[in-house]
This record gives sequence, C-alpha cells and structure tokens, in this order.
Amino acid sequence: MSKFTEKDKARLDELISRYPTKKAALLPSLWVAQEVYGGWLPLEAMDEVAQHLELPTADVQGVATFYTMYNKEPRGQHAIEICHNVSCMVLGAEQLIQHCERKLGVSATGETTADGVFTLARVECLGACCNAPAVQVGGTYYENVTAEQMDALLEKLK
Amino acid sequence: MSEQPQLLYKHRHVPGINTIDVWMAHGGYENFKKALAMEPDAVIEEVKVSGLRGRGGAGFPTHIKWNAVPKNRDVEHYLIINADEGEPGTAKDRDLMNGLPHLLVEGCLISMHAIRASKCYIYIRGEYIEPWKSVQKAINEAYEKGFCGKNVLGSGLDFDIYTHLGAGAYECGEESALMSSLMGERGMPRMKPPAAPLPMISGAWKRPSVVNNVETVSTLLPIIELGGAKYAEIGYGSPRSRGTKLFSISGHVEKPGVYEIVLGTPFSEVLELCGGVRKGHTLKTYIPGGSSMGFAPPTPLDYPFDYEGIPANTKTLGLGSGGLIVFDETTPIVPITQRLVDFYHHESCGKCTPCREGLNWLHKIYGRIVAGAGKESDIDLIWDICDSIRGKSFCALGEGAIWPVMTSLLLFRDEYLAYIRGGKDAMTDLTTIGL
Ligand SMILES: NC(=O)C1=CN([C@@H]2O[C@H](COP(=O)(O)OP(=O)(O)OC[C@H]3O[C@@H](n4cnc5c(N)ncnc54)[C@H](O)[C@@H]3O)[C@@H](O)[C@H]2O)C=CC1
Ligand SMILES: Cc1cc2nc3c(=O)[nH]c(=O)nc-3n(C[C@H](O)[C@H](O)[C@H](O)COP(=O)(O)O)c2cc1C
Ligand code: SF4
Ligand code: FES
Repeated sequence: MSKFTEKDKARLDELISRYPTKKAALLPSLWVAQEVYGGWLPLEAMDEVAQHLELPTADVQGVATFYTMYNKEPRGQHAIEICHNVSCMVLGAEQLIQHCERKLGVSATGETTADGVFTLARVECLGACCNAPAVQVGGTYYENVTAEQMDALLEKLK
Repeated sequence: MSEQPQLLYKHRHVPGINTIDVWMAHGGYENFKKALAMEPDAVIEEVKVSGLRGRGGAGFPTHIKWNAVPKNRDVEHYLIINADEGEPGTAKDRDLMNGLPHLLVEGCLISMHAIRASKCYIYIRGEYIEPWKSVQKAINEAYEKGFCGKNVLGSGLDFDIYTHLGAGAYECGEESALMSSLMGERGMPRMKPPAAPLPMISGAWKRPSVVNNVETVSTLLPIIELGGAKYAEIGYGSPRSRGTKLFSISGHVEKPGVYEIVLGTPFSEVLELCGGVRKGHTLKTYIPGGSSMGFAPPTPLDYPFDYEGIPANTKTLGLGSGGLIVFDETTPIVPITQRLVDFYHHESCGKCTPCREGLNWLHKIYGRIVAGAGKESDIDLIWDICDSIRGKSFCALGEGAIWPVMTSLLLFRDEYLAYIRGGKDAMTDLTTIGL
C-alpha cells in the first residue's frame, strides 16, 4: 500500500527536475521515503521509490544497502549517536559511551531500548572534532558533552 | 609571531553574516560581479597566478584542473562541490558552511563562471543536516536577489546551484565515488587517468565536471578581491604554498578550534595559536592533516607548515585535509591506532583486494593485540600487510589507511612491544583514556 501522498510525490518530482537523469534523484528520494516511513526503509518504501524513478527495485535496494544512514530496520524515537573516533576518544568519548550504555541498558552497537525511545550507536567522526566529545541526535549536534549534560539531554528527550 | 591575515574568516564573527543582507553590507557578491565582468579564462589566469591548490587534501593545482575543461559550451558543464568532509580530525568545511554559507555560494558562482558551468551540485555528507540547511537557505537567498537562476545580472548566463545530501559513506568523498553517488549509484570509485579520461573531460553523466572542495572555491573570493598576484604574496614558506588555509585543530590543546593560518607559518607558532599542548602536559605526537596522514614525531617543530610537508617525511606527513590532531604523553598509541584501523576497515568499499583483505587482517591483528593476545611477530606482520597495500590500492583510501599504522610502528615500536610483552595487565583500560 502506498504511503506516499500527492505532496510527497510532488517533492520527488521536484527532486527529479534537478538532475539530467531520474536515477540521480535516488539518494534524495530515499531520504524522503525514510521520513515518510517513520525513520527507516522497509521494502515497500524502496518499491515506491523504484516505481516513481522507474528503476528496478533490486537497483534501489543495492544502493540503499550501501549507505549506512538508510536504516534497514526501525529505530527508537531518538537515535543517540556518539562519535568514537580519535579526537573524541582522547577527550573521553569512551567514558561517555559506557555511561550511556549503563544508563539506557543497551549496547552502543545500534541497540534500541525496550520502550522504543532510544537507539544508541557509536559513529565515526562527525566533523565536530574541535568540540570533542561530539554527539548527534536526529540531525542536531551537541558538543563538548559531559556525562551530566548527557543525562539532562536524555531526560529532556524522554 | 608571524602575522595571520584573515581572508576567509574576515567576517566570521559578524552577527547575522549568514544572511544575505549582512553579507552584502560587507561587500558580499561584489567579487562575483567583478568576476562575471571578466572572461572565464581571465579568472582562471588569476587562479593560476595565485598559486591556489586544492584544499580537499591532495593539493592539486586548481588552475590545471580548470584549464582541462573544454572552453566551449557545447554540452553542460558541472561544478561539483565536495562537502563530504569525513576525514577523522577534519571539521573546517562544516564550520565554514555553518558560519559563512554565502562565502561558499559566492565562491561557487565565481568558479562556475570560470569553468563555464551552468549547474553546480553541492554534495554534503548526510550527517551535516545543520550545514545543509544553512547552505540551502543561502542558495535560496541568492536566487531571490538574482545571483542564481536564469540570465544572471543580465549576463545571458544561467547559474543553478543545488544541494545533494549523502547518506553516510566516507568513501563518497573520493572524487570518482562522489560522482557515482551523485548519479544515484553505490559510492564506488572509478578508473582514473591514464586508464580513463579526466573528469574534466568526461565526469558526471559523462559531461565535463570539476570536483572541488568547499574551501577551495571559497578561496576564490580573496583571490578575485586582491588579484592573483597580491594573493600569491601571502605565505611564509615555499613558493608552491601560497595564501591562507583553514585548519581544524583538535585533541590535547588548550584552545581547539578552526583557525585560518598563512601557509608556511612555523609549526611551533601554529601550536601557540591554539594555546599549545594542554597545561601540565607534553607533546607526544600529532597527525598534521587528517587521519590519512601519519603520526609525526614531536621534533622538529620549527619547520614551515605548508604543502611541502614535514622535512622528515613529505609523503606521509603533509597538510592533507587540514585536520591537525594533537596528542599528549597520556595517549596510548596502540588503541588509538587500532581505532583508525577499524575506521578504515569499516569504510573500505570492498572493491579491490589489497585494501579489503589487508584491512581485514589489520583489524584482526590489532584486535588480538589490544585484547592481550598479541605476539611479537605481529609487529612485522602488520608492516608486511601495510606493504602489500602500499601503492596497490585502487583508490587513495587504502593508501591513507596505512600511513597512521606505519608511522605509529616507526615512532612507537617500543610501546607495541611493551603492550604485547606486558600481557593483559598492561592493557589500556579504554575508559581511562581522556581522563
Ligand atoms: N577532506 C576530507 O574529508 C578527506 C580528504 N582526503 C584527502 O584526499 C587526498 C587524496 O585525494 P585524491 O582525489 O585521491 O587525489 P588525486 O591526487 O588523485 O586527485 C586530486 C585532484 O586532482 C585532479 N587531478 C589529478 N591528476 C590530474 C591531472 N593530471 N590533470 C588534471 N587534474 C588532475 C583529480 O581529478 C582530483 O580532483 C588525500 O591526500 C587526503 O588528504 C581523504 C579523505 C577525506
Ligand atoms: C577516501 C577519500 C575521501 C575523500 N574525502 C574528501 C572529502 O570529504 N572532501 C574533499 O574535499 N576531498 C575529499 N577527498 C579528495 C577528493 O578525492 C578530491 O581530491 C578533492 O575533492 C578535490 O578537490 P580540491 O582539488 O579542491 O582539493 C577524498 C579522497 C579520498 C581518497
Ligand atoms: S582502496 Fe579500499 S576504498 Fe578504495 S577501491 Fe579499494 S577497497 Fe575500495
Ligand atoms: S573525531 Fe569525533 S567529531 Fe571528529
């Protein structure tokens, strides 16, 4: 069953108009689909994109699975992503990660809390190395994050 | 102290500078108008005289790339901006896009004119939602004022700029992989010259395409404003490293941040600018230009910091992406190197065997060393694996992955030995790093 409204389809058409080929609109279209489907890409979502861009579904799947930010399964309401690369690592990222793991009772390998509120994940360099450790939650960056600030943030998001 | 003129960051802290009105009140879009009144080749000539080299990491002379683009408009040409910034330790393009989005947009317009492009795609990494919104808003404002769109300022030329969001793959920053990704494919690299034509001849959609870093095109503003010759006078080091460059300085320094620094400034002064190594500590090592460069020894420090690199080892210790990471004596080098190995292992696209298999082996060996089960022979084994990747990987990811490993072995072999001989008890408790 299609979840794309006429408005969503118009968004896809606008994206298509930006490029010389329909296929080029694939990545931005998958972003739209992920939004429409509640933060992940079930097979139906990829199917809908494939139809709209006139591509074989297998091609769309092949591309979607290459990129880590297209979620292949549902995630919690809020994804807490903590950078564990070296600039953050030497300024306490590991402690922050373990603090969150204890607090939320999940492993930072992308696990989601039982109530479905939080997904916790380690991520690679977020490009905020000068304000380490860096955390991203749904597109918003938090920098120079301490355990106390993390607690306050989790409390606010709950 | 050497003087540090601020050319890119002149207005970085002006309130509201991200809006077009404030930007224009500070001379914004005047350089574009100036460039638009020039012939495209005259703009390229200024770039040639300025000595500008690519700020994305490889440092290739920008004018050579631009001059390789056909001089006619028989087919559409593309300017593709590389805003995929993913190199660990590199945070300059994000800062620029968040703070000075019109610097980038105006730089794109000038560059498009020079290479006779009517379309520009700014490929922004998927994590950069804030910079993406910032740049998209600036583009919208530029359309409203008539700097983008059809027949811009009555020139008869069209300039369209689009943003394009990536979706999490470090490899997509590699020029040919980036073009594949832009075209809606998996982000795999393609054949390079001489086996394939230059992208400037046949790039995205087989049309002439130039891929440039965010900072490279932004530098067009001071070049047009000052003129290439005046711009080329700036610089304290080699005649091949001119102008200023952004550096993101992170790790164990007093004042981490993004700094605009004149190329060739003595490295010791660069350290002073960011407050030096944090108080009470001493410098152990540093990565000069993002993790695809190696670890540098703590001496000498008074060499010119520029593209020509650190005298001891210019190949592995260059400016790279401008990500300077400083480590003090508390840093355990083995788990830090392991972290980088795991990063490259995770990001390898798997297309070629040396990189895919070699990094898989390195990942396993570092895993056992850090778990307390390493053997002394592992050190030579690591070196041999690096040797089997060196010069044999399909793209520069493989090459970049081995420099931190090889340099860490060269500089800190004793630490590896102590780690291995000490057994489990000597292992670093990761949660103590950074305390
Ligand atoms: N900014 C970042 O986040 C990252 C930057 N890097 C940097 O990328 C660097 C490697 O980049 P590559 O693109 O693989 O280097 P490259 O040397 O192959 O190419 C650099 C540029 O010069 C052009 N070029 C090369 N030969 C040319 C010729 N004969 N005529 C005209 N143009 C020519 C290429 O098309 C490309 O645009 C590394 O040194 C690393 O520092 C790596 C990872 C991330
Ligand atoms: C694995 C890999 C990742 C790269 N990532 C980036 C990047 O994020 N940004 C960038 O400007 N260049 C990156 N590069 C370098 C580009 O391939 C290319 O050299 C650069 O965009 C050219 O622009 P410039 O001449 O303006 O520096 C990367 C290279 C490799 C091998
Ligand atoms: S070097 Fe690594 S990233 Fe580059 S093509 Fe080979 S496997 Fe892919
Ligand atoms: S290393 Fe953590 S943001 Fe760059």
